[in-house]
Amino acid sequence: MQQPQPYRREDPAGQPAYYSPDYRSTIERSPRQPLILQPHTLSEITGPVYGHERIGPVDADLTRQHEGEPLGERIIVTGRVLDENGRPQANTLVEIWQANSAGRYIHVKDQHPAPLDPNFTGAGRVVTDENGSYRFVTVKPGAYPWKNHPNAWRPPHIHFSLFGPSFVTRLVTQMYFPGDPLLALDPIYQSVTDPKAGSRMVSQFDIETTEPEWALGYRFDIVLRGREATPMED
Amino acid sequence: MAKAPYDMTPSQTVGPFFHFALPYSGGETLTNDATLGERITIEGRLIDGNGEPVTDALIEIWQANSQGRHHHPEDGQEKQIDPNFDGFGRTPTDEQGWFRFHTVKPGQVPGPGGAPQAPHINISVLGRGILKRLATRLYFDGEAANDSDPILALVPEERRATLIAKRQGDGAAYRLDIVLQGADETVFFDI
Repeated sequence: MQQPQPYRREDPAGQPAYYSPDYRSTIERSPRQPLILQPHTLSEITGPVYGHERIGPVDADLTRQHEGEPLGERIIVTGRVLDENGRPQANTLVEIWQANSAGRYIHVKDQHPAPLDPNFTGAGRVVTDENGSYRFVTVKPGAYPWKNHPNAWRPPHIHFSLFGPSFVTRLVTQMYFPGDPLLALDPIYQSVTDPKAGSRMVSQFDIETTEPEWALGYRFDIVLRGREATPMED
Repeated sequence: MAKAPYDMTPSQTVGPFFHFALPYSGGETLTNDATLGERITIEGRLIDGNGEPVTDALIEIWQANSQGRHHHPEDGQEKQIDPNFDGFGRTPTDEQGWFRFHTVKPGQVPGPGGAPQAPHINISVLGRGILKRLATRLYFDGEAANDSDPILALVPEERRATLIAKRQGDGAAYRLDIVLQGADETVFFDI
């Protein structure tokens, strides 16, 4: 029987520690026992495969999901999904969600006294094309306060959820905006202690993606786990 | 092992506000009327280090079909594909920290070296305060193959029970609580 082609092991220095006490919620929600290193079996190198059928035409444009246009700064967020070996990850589901331009989520538990926008839900999904590319149109999310510590503010961010080709490659992350002074103060962003690794969560303003008279463009490439070695092609 | 040419994007918490985006209708039901295999329910509570239920987390499962084959191009086993089973489920925990999936009992899947693994379900735990997906597995109580499962064998004997779902009564429901921290902490895997 053909043996599963394992994935590279994660470099812990490039990832947040589960116990990151400046982010208070991790204190009671992080395992204390070491994780048990496990070989990759068929159960881990396979994973959910999505069809295009679940994606609707306005799922990639968060500004066209209601009668009117949402308030705020219209932006284009685009990039490529690659693996660590630089291979484009085609046909993978990318799900995003975010606060509106005032920094308020439509979520029932968000109590921040900023206005909801009747023309903005803040959820989108696309499947990457054959080059691993994706593209969303949305509005720039606002910053919002949270109760982690006195005067705590989350920097504007867009949540990203991706599957990649296997159970191993599952990634949930957040995309931040360049030059944001809140990043230095945010315990969630700073949970990635290596500044170079942290910067991989920051999108780049891109004048080429920016569309004249219409919307600013940001590029955000995402790198998922890759294989240990080139799979045999036969 | 040479360093990878591209560096991975770091993980971040899913946060508390994903409910309007990630859960979808029927995400907890993996079967339809035509799905092959033994119908089972798996359920449990997600518990934090204070013994409190975690009410704002997201649980995902991934498993083989009743024949032990995954709905995935890299599973080249000569076993029956079930067009009525794709093997993925997703549900948020409820106000008491419960999660529940309706699925079928998976068949056996080969492990390292081709030796069979005991029937199991892969689980991802995502939530506020969880900066990176926690991966664990669910095994089934009373399954003879558990004794020779190559992954369970990696787990210290006294902690294996944290991975084994208990059959409820004589029905088709299995319960496995997931404990993030503390005396009965669930075994999580570095995959």
